[in-house]
Amino acid sequence: MPHDHDHPHSLLPSDPELRVKALESILVEKGLVDPDALAELIDTYEHKIGPKNGARVVAKAWSDPEYHARLMTDATAAIAELGFVGRQSEHVVAVENTPEQHNLVVCTLCSCYPWAILGIPPSWYKSDAYRARAVREPRAVLAEFGVELGADQAVRVWDSTAEVRYLVVPMRPEGSAGMSEDDLVELVSRNAMIGTALAGAVA
Amino acid sequence: MSRVHDMGGRFGDGAIPEKDDAVVFHSEWEARALALNLAAGALGQWNIDMSRHARERLAPKDYANFSYYEKWISGLTDLFVSSGVLSVEDIERAALLAVGDTEARPAELSDKALKAEAVWAGMHAVKPYSREGGAAAFAVGDRVRTATYSHNKNVAGGHTRLPSYAAGRVGTVVMLHGAHVFPDSNAHGLGEAPEPLYAVEFSAADLWEGDAESAADSMVLDLWQSYLSAEV
Repeated sequence: MPHDHDHPHSLLPSDPELRVKALESILVEKGLVDPDALAELIDTYEHKIGPKNGARVVAKAWSDPEYHARLMTDATAAIAELGFVGRQSEHVVAVENTPEQHNLVVCTLCSCYPWAILGIPPSWYKSDAYRARAVREPRAVLAEFGVELGADQAVRVWDSTAEVRYLVVPMRPEGSAGMSEDDLVELVSRNAMIGTALAGAVA
Repeated sequence: MSRVHDMGGRFGDGAIPEKDDAVVFHSEWEARALALNLAAGALGQWNIDMSRHARERLAPKDYANFSYYEKWISGLTDLFVSSGVLSVEDIERAALLAVGDTEARPAELSDKALKAEAVWAGMHAVKPYSREGGAAAFAVGDRVRTATYSHNKNVAGGHTRLPSYAAGRVGTVVMLHGAHVFPDSNAHGLGEAPEPLYAVEFSAADLWEGDAESAADSMVLDLWQSYLSAEV
């Protein structure tokens, strides 16, 4: 039930640092949370799980036509081949940019995001401005990010309203034909896999 | 009526901040707020839909004023109490512990508490939301109309995933995802009640009428079967 009358959080200090400390303290005192696990969780998402995972997926799809076909048919399984599985990436669909279509991903209702392949979402993705505007004026949003669309490109915005997560596969940049998969990884930014950037230009 | 989190299409929010930000956590407390949410989830006392709903239930003025992780820590506190794991008295004691106004009591770690050595496996555990059951009423290419009113049909003010901007609109089914856990039920402890889930595409012109930037553009939403009816 909604229990709108009942907001126990208001009993905690309003300073967010103290609010977190308060809840952590009582949970540790009761044995419900292990401080070592908190440190491990922070290290995992700060240093180990991030957008390099997704960049590897994209670079492999650019390099290997059979992998590309598997990614576009069943992205969850294709991504799992590389060991990227788990929380907030239980169901993944890859959507590919083409000269006719540019894809953009948002979660207007909260902050759904493919953690196992892109890590924790950046602040801008979670901002009210992005959540409010990406569906109504995606072209204005893309222009704000400096993305120039092709004259014939339609924009398709994916609002992540369920547990399906969308991974944008950017177009492979001009002049990258001879590049190794490892070098291609460096051209794939986090924003490019959300749709607010294109793949990097070849130096 | 929907709640404050349902902001897709809203006017007035201004520019998007920090577009190239590569910092994962902007302060230690943000990192701890996230980690506490994940460690608390491992206790198994609620599901993901309940935790989303706990954040949505914040008072609109709090939702608007709180930063992202303030919403998370506040929603989590409310969830601990509504699930019965902590009492209001525990929260009052927590407030004292935070300012060092009382002595902590050492505790044995509960059997259910997430251990550091279990974090990697826990975050990589594959726990899909797809389920058996529920015949698909619609096929790719079918025209469907969304419910005219975005709300939870079982619980007034309850959790739902049909954004207001797409309520009462006609779109086309572009993907079948199979049957998935239904948040409108699962968020309220009413069971998983899996239903077919579809990706439905709406033309920008149908959603935004004269405000649409381009008639060529479209928005795709994942919508459960009970949000939809056949458009004939």
